[in-house]
Amino acid sequence: MAEDVRPAPTTGAVPHQRSGHAVYEQLHASGDFQEMRKGYRAFAIPATIAFLVWYLLFVVMSNWATGFMNTKLIGNINVALVFGLLQFASTFLIAWLYARHMNRHVDPVARRLEQRYNEEVGR
Amino acid sequence: MSSQTLTTILFLAVVALTVGITFWASRQSSGAADFYAGGRNFTGVQNGLAISGDYMSAASFLGISGAIALNGYDGFLYSIGFLVAWLVALLLVAELLRNSGRYTMADQLAYRMRQTPVRTAAATSTVVVSIFYLLAQMVGAGTLVALLLGVDSAAIKNLTIVGVGALMIFYVTVGGMKGTTWVQIVKAVLLMSGTVLITVLVLAEFGFNLSELLGAAADNTGKGSAFLEPGLAYGADLTSKIDFVSLGLALVLGTAGLPHILIRFYTTPTAREARTSVLWAIGLIGAFYLMTLVLGFGAAALLDTGEGSAVADSTGNLASPLLAEAVGGGSDSTGGAILLAVISAVAFATILAVVAGLTLTSASSVAHDMYANVVKKGTASEKDEVRVARIAAFVIGGIAIALAIPAQNLNIAFLVALAFAVAASANLPSIVYNLFWKGFNTRGATWSIYGGLITCIVLVASSPVVSGSETALFTDSDWSWFPLSNPGIISIPAGFLLGWLGSITSTEPEAADSYEELEVRSLTGAGAEAAVHH
Repeated sequence: MAEDVRPAPTTGAVPHQRSGHAVYEQLHASGDFQEMRKGYRAFAIPATIAFLVWYLLFVVMSNWATGFMNTKLIGNINVALVFGLLQFASTFLIAWLYARHMNRHVDPVARRLEQRYNEEVGR
Repeated sequence: MSSQTLTTILFLAVVALTVGITFWASRQSSGAADFYAGGRNFTGVQNGLAISGDYMSAASFLGISGAIALNGYDGFLYSIGFLVAWLVALLLVAELLRNSGRYTMADQLAYRMRQTPVRTAAATSTVVVSIFYLLAQMVGAGTLVALLLGVDSAAIKNLTIVGVGALMIFYVTVGGMKGTTWVQIVKAVLLMSGTVLITVLVLAEFGFNLSELLGAAADNTGKGSAFLEPGLAYGADLTSKIDFVSLGLALVLGTAGLPHILIRFYTTPTAREARTSVLWAIGLIGAFYLMTLVLGFGAAALLDTGEGSAVADSTGNLASPLLAEAVGGGSDSTGGAILLAVISAVAFATILAVVAGLTLTSASSVAHDMYANVVKKGTASEKDEVRVARIAAFVIGGIAIALAIPAQNLNIAFLVALAFAVAASANLPSIVYNLFWKGFNTRGATWSIYGGLITCIVLVASSPVVSGSETALFTDSDWSWFPLSNPGIISIPAGFLLGWLGSITSTEPEAADSYEELEVRSLTGAGAEAAVHH
């Protein structure tokens, strides 16, 4: 990882690809953006932690709680199978909740901000 | 008509169909955005199908149902990891990546970091992950075709590998991302239809009673209720239990770092469509893995899976095709012959679609990251870049063929698990840090990519998979010191730790300055790449 010599930003030869457009700074500072970022992170981060913990619990219990996992519930269906199927159910549920959350609380603001960007940059 | 003849005819039909699609797609493609990202015009549903087609490899279709047929419940654990992993992609990666990148995984890093070092690092890990994955599919194709045609000859296996290699080079160079995507969509439809058909037939044998199916599987294998409980494959001792946790981590964190999955998000017109496509993918992939559960236990209940049986000899890979034959009426019936041929052709289509996606991904990274931005520093013309991508597809395809022929004794599941481990250790840390941490910079990115990659490969090379065990790659000598066959539990934290360490030990104000711009662009889509209108 030698320090690379930075060429003058002519043509496309820029060391960093960002546009440096001032409009981004304005959008970032806007209340709309702060609210939308909060809305996104407030769902995505706790949900990620929750499903990872839930999944690891399943992995750990498959290893070390076999007595409980092997308990038969109905016929040949045991706790382990139901736990596994619940992982499917929780995945579908979280995906659906996320989409609903984004649709309601984040997408409208994102559209507004994108609109503002397009007006400023003129495309 | 014999099953072999029918299988051959259906294989040729799959080839003819995909070749036709590729020619059609090539007429709709012109520029770089078409070649790399299919013009970004695929709808959420189309891309969701294509993602499923890209993700559900032969290792999933044949491998997981085979693992369940042989190891019972422990085989099911793979499906769960492979599915839950999609939440990482949905919640943290898909939309943000769609808005901040263009054609490759490296694009979103280059947005903040010094391009030359980060693109070189990201291209290296892209090619490494894709080649491991590619080898797994091609080795699988050789074995599968030989087994299905009932001829165990080295010449047939080699010929199949060369044939599959030639086809994937053709799809990519001629059809680009558009052709590849349509091949994947068709494959996903074929795979889902074939799987639904066999699942319904298996369930019908047991009066649509899951408990009865499970009981029959436990009885027929002679393993009793242990077959339905965790621990048959991984529960022997503490080392194998830790190995299982390590595998579980690599599976759940690897998907969102697989380059051939990441570039699929660029094929939709907006981030919202990218989200829709992942929702469809989760639905399809989840339904598919639920059905492999029925296929696996169905094979255990209806076929001979004991030592010396065809299922056991193929390490489970033949469980689904033979199950299809059994529920169709058995090996002497027309129904059995037809279903065996259909499922074999579906497996073949599956392999073709996945290898095409992998070849395209590596070729894109070589052309867009290495040639256009590292070598030519952004001065290459679009036409030139696409020309190099086509040449790269030839070279990578050639390398994959040359490596796959001598690698035929490698365990397919091991190669796939290794690809997931590298993706989780080398790629995911830099993607997540870049999108969520202002303090991340060029040194952090290169340290986490190279560090995760090297840790993974060194640990695997020092594991009993490579030397020192009966099933190792080298059985004659033993230099192994790392006890686990999956490196994830060490290499994933190493990738994250090195990314953090590299970032805090260097200062790069530009990387921090660009973060606000990246945040706005990734969340709102302001300034993101638009769809191509012809």
